[in-house]
Amino acid sequence: MPTLTIDGKPVTVPEGTTVIQAAEKLGIFVPRYCYHPGLSVAGNCRICLVEVAKSPKLQIACNTPAAEGMVVLTRGAKVEEGRQAVLEFLLINHPLDCPVCDQSGECDLQNFYMTYGLYDPRFKEQKVKKAKAVAIGPKVMLDAERCILCSRCVRFTDEVTKTGEFGIFNRGDRSQIGLYPGKTLDNPYSGNVVDICPVGALTDRDFRFKARVWYLSTAPSVCGGCSRGCNVDLHYVLDRPHLAQGARVMRLKPRFNPDVNRWWMCDEGRYGYKFMDQKRLTRVTHRGSESTWEEALTALAGWLARAREEGRLDQVGVIPSARLTTEELFLIRKLFQEALGLKNCLLDLPPKDGTSDGFLIQADKNPNTMGAALLDLSPSPQPSPIKGEGGGAGDGLSILQKALDGQLKALWIFGHDLVGLLGEEKTAQLAKQLELLVYQGSNENPTARHAHWVLPGAVYVEKDGTFVNCQGRVQRVGKAFKPLPGARPEAEFLVELAKRLEIQVQGRTPEELFAWLAREVPAFAGLTYEKLGWQGMAVNLSSSSRKRGSPIESGMTNP
Amino acid sequence: MLRKRELNFWERIYLPEIIRGVAITSRHFFVNLFFHSAHRLGLFKGKLAAVTFQYPEQTRPLASRSRTRHRLTVREEGTPRCVGCMLCETVCPAKCITIVAGEHPDPNVEKYPVRFDIDLGVCVYCGYCVEVCPEDAIRMDTEILDIAAYSRDAMKLDLHELMDPKLRKPVAECKLKFPHQCKIHGNQTRGSWKAVYGEQTCAAGSLEPQD
Repeated sequence: MPTLTIDGKPVTVPEGTTVIQAAEKLGIFVPRYCYHPGLSVAGNCRICLVEVAKSPKLQIACNTPAAEGMVVLTRGAKVEEGRQAVLEFLLINHPLDCPVCDQSGECDLQNFYMTYGLYDPRFKEQKVKKAKAVAIGPKVMLDAERCILCSRCVRFTDEVTKTGEFGIFNRGDRSQIGLYPGKTLDNPYSGNVVDICPVGALTDRDFRFKARVWYLSTAPSVCGGCSRGCNVDLHYVLDRPHLAQGARVMRLKPRFNPDVNRWWMCDEGRYGYKFMDQKRLTRVTHRGSESTWEEALTALAGWLARAREEGRLDQVGVIPSARLTTEELFLIRKLFQEALGLKNCLLDLPPKDGTSDGFLIQADKNPNTMGAALLDLSPSPQPSPIKGEGGGAGDGLSILQKALDGQLKALWIFGHDLVGLLGEEKTAQLAKQLELLVYQGSNENPTARHAHWVLPGAVYVEKDGTFVNCQGRVQRVGKAFKPLPGARPEAEFLVELAKRLEIQVQGRTPEELFAWLAREVPAFAGLTYEKLGWQGMAVNLSSSSRKRGSPIESGMTNP
Repeated sequence: MLRKRELNFWERIYLPEIIRGVAITSRHFFVNLFFHSAHRLGLFKGKLAAVTFQYPEQTRPLASRSRTRHRLTVREEGTPRCVGCMLCETVCPAKCITIVAGEHPDPNVEKYPVRFDIDLGVCVYCGYCVEVCPEDAIRMDTEILDIAAYSRDAMKLDLHELMDPKLRKPVAECKLKFPHQCKIHGNQTRGSWKAVYGEQTCAAGSLEPQD
């Protein structure tokens, strides 16, 4: 355990730690291009120069191991002069097309030039021309001129995805980044190379020219694309509706969480944000004609109250969704299962099927399957997918089957697509034979056309809440912005419904509902939003018999 | 502070000063009358009749740095020099600029505005957009001062008028060849890169038109 002094502050670090990591521990930022905590050390960009006492030359902080009694200076005239000279070299062949570059605004070349550069350029020769705007994959655009050859992308594809598409070709000032012949950058994690590229060489084709990065607001959230629940930052624009056809969400960026996704996220999740703005439901409709929330509330509360009086509540089926937040699922359990005593309130639909890759991508495409399981709303944490196509006779379809058999008179669905499960004809028939078919969900879907009542819900970034990921980690999704006009968070409507039915509800906001949940469900005991923070916490799994999910690997095992 | 001056006896008797005032006015009147009549007869053309400028027939010379209506500078092939960096949109204190960027087929240009609107009803003529432009793509040197319209919509300039300052609303026909959101055709995307560069250049593969 060597102890060293950085900028006059002593720090003790484990054996094998580099100076840059030791400085990080002290909260001292050393500029870097090629160094990335998630990748091996390359030591080729030279911007992280620091002064080490008794060493004649400046040393690179990223590849100098910390040693006992080392005295390091990360600033000072000598260090700054060195970094300025490094920047001058790095920028020799850089095209300086910042006006058209999507990276500008979050570019480390710009940032470090303003901090350490500010020199008068001495390079009067012709800059080397290289390929520009090359689509090297479905998601990524390469501009070889802008590249400073830090090799982060090469190491990412070698070490994390193990697909090895990238290489550095040619020599000297003609060396450039590129793909090996015959390769395209189409691995399921290709979007990460855009994040780790410190300059504008690799840019996102999806985000290309949509907005300038300084227009973006950011909100911490969790990806809802699968049950892994990667931590993300949601980048959105609310005040410039002319950009991207009025979409609010512009992109997702992974947020570091050592226990879930580290620095990475998959492309499926990264580009799966479009449902937040596209094909959204914004009108309450009753049998095809426009209605209001007040009318819906009166009608639905009235129907349920009548059914309660007549003792017909066992004819009501409710199918919650594993895409709802834990708070909403808990409210559904409290309201429908416990207060009204519905027997048919269970998430017993097959999950959206997908494939798992042993790294981040999970087969279960619902973000909160575990949450539903912990609340005893689903038969098992991984409901078995039904066999055969949309026949409706599978084991997992008990509520739907009962509805089809005519045992149920009312069905309340949260965001599920019955048409996909049963087919158009059967859904239409089901809608005809039911007295009440309620569809509550955020997005348009063929089932909404058949439903008697359509209640537009909010997507998860429009409401606060938590998801429990496949490892049993409770993570807060956060509220980035208000729901679209006309849409309403599911919990808000259910709380009002409970009030109409004279059912006691302990809380209205997601935070209050979570506090209630923590009091009642042992797995969540002692948790609060404050404790969860933005990194989440594992649920108390010993209180339930659920199996813990696999911890994260350092890279893909099966490329 | 200006102190009120005590009037002397000559001024206090009032009448002489009245006569003096009438004489000055009459002199201007008759001098102007003479020169205006003479101008009609084609005489004394070099001498100004009255100091008043006969706007709009006669315009005052503008200072070379005065800021007038905006224009977008144009490349040889008729596309805007603007690369859609949105710096002017960012710096604009009145938020009167609206830009939507698109992909330019020439990788050395890369980006261009599919839509570029300036709302003159909102613009404060500060000239920051001109200062900030890295491409010299926007200028305020058209010397057009008479900006007036009967509706707010007519105050909104788009690519058509900005690229050709001679045009006034309503613009009858769209002459822009490159793909753009055309206000004249109900905000539809109109134009193609083939029309700008010709079929052959596009087919040669140096450009990759995306339309």
